[in-house]
Amino acid sequence: MNDLEIRKLVIEELGKIAPEADPASIDAGADLRDALDIDSIDFLNFVTALTRRLGIDIPEIDYPKLVTLDRAAAYLAAKLVAK
Amino acid sequence: MADFRMPSLGADMEAGTLVEWLVKPGDRVKHGDIVAIVETQKGAIEIETFQAGEIERILIDVKTKVPVGTVLARIRTADEAKPGAGEAVPQPPAPPAAAPPVVPAKIVAAPSIMVPAGAARVRASPAARKLAAEHGLDLAAVAGSGPEGAITHADVERSLAVGPAPEMKRAPGIDLDAMRLAIAAAMARSKREIPHYYLAHEVDVTGCEAWLAQQNATLPPDRRLLLGALALKATAIAARRFPAFNGFYRDGRYEPSPSIHVGVAIAIRGGGLAAPALHDVDQLPVDALMSRMRDLVQRTRLGRIRSSEISDPTITVSSLGERGVEVLYGVIYPPQVAIIGFGKVVARPWVVDGSVGPRSIVTITLSADHRVSDGHGGALFLSEIGKLLQQPERL
Repeated sequence: MNDLEIRKLVIEELGKIAPEADPASIDAGADLRDALDIDSIDFLNFVTALTRRLGIDIPEIDYPKLVTLDRAAAYLAAKLVAK
Repeated sequence: MADFRMPSLGADMEAGTLVEWLVKPGDRVKHGDIVAIVETQKGAIEIETFQAGEIERILIDVKTKVPVGTVLARIRTADEAKPGAGEAVPQPPAPPAAAPPVVPAKIVAAPSIMVPAGAARVRASPAARKLAAEHGLDLAAVAGSGPEGAITHADVERSLAVGPAPEMKRAPGIDLDAMRLAIAAAMARSKREIPHYYLAHEVDVTGCEAWLAQQNATLPPDRRLLLGALALKATAIAARRFPAFNGFYRDGRYEPSPSIHVGVAIAIRGGGLAAPALHDVDQLPVDALMSRMRDLVQRTRLGRIRSSEISDPTITVSSLGERGVEVLYGVIYPPQVAIIGFGKVVARPWVVDGSVGPRSIVTITLSADHRVSDGHGGALFLSEIGKLLQQPERL
């Protein structure tokens, strides 16, 4: 799975949480929780969806590595390589 | 034979519109089955039955607006099953009609008890009533500015003038304008009738965070816990010990509730708020509570709230979460008598055993009804919640 595909998947999952947001308008460097008004339960649902779809484990301690689109893409790519 | 009635989904509801039947005559239903969907100001609500049996007749057609208490359908209860009907095995000792004490079924199944006609009637001038009726506006949704909160002609005009919301993708079950009107009506009534007092208490939740991190390290994401679940459980256990904060103030008197159904304030995307109940929170293990909370939040945001959840919270908890501010001063949702607020957790210098160190601190607030309790009892209640949070493993 390449970087573009990972970003597409992440945006797809974010779209399920914040359906009114325009995926194209997400600033890849912005804190997703602020940009999309995501609370802790939304974030937990987001992490749950990513682990299911990618077949990887995302420990709670790694949550800060998922807070922007850029960082999430890099983190997930590294996780997939290590799988 | 049992009547399935239009339930009261809050003290301000006078009528509801039946939008969908999920059963037809001859269908068998059991306690808790969702049988119909009703449109109210709070959105589309799934209505459950608390009678088991067979749907005998459906009396109200879809798209019909009827007052609270109207019989919508008749259910032939299990114990009156036709004699000789082979599959209907009698269940002698406990017919579902006699609801087990932990479930607030009877309150919902008998809405006429919950909202006496006199109490539910909205004060309004004749001209206001006429204008509202002409436009099909439900007066319960109008905030009154007249004497003793009576709704005036001008109030109705203002309500009618509220334009349609800007187009926006959102859950089909939620009408944010109607929701805003319902919030306005309930909160205006609260501020008009309830003499609030407010208390705040700073609590060290460093131990809770450490315990959660330890638990969550070994759990998959779908079973991980949040501080919010501990907050709900601690509040519910404390409410059991302090009954003056868990119940309803109606018709000039307070009735404490034997059950603890915690209303969870849930922000709706696009600017709405709902506070449906989690039932019997004091008796749920934290992991079960967490999964119910997740389910409730998800369904609420999709506009899929059930009738029992909207009609019977006995106390409310509002939690701002990690992106909120430190202190929240709640407004009580009538006829409840208390709301607990949890601000966001902040790192603070704190004295522990005589020396200063960094700790995670949350400010917990109580807004309570002075007709029922005083600051002294309120302080004990709040500090009990704080104490319970010092031993998360025992919650």
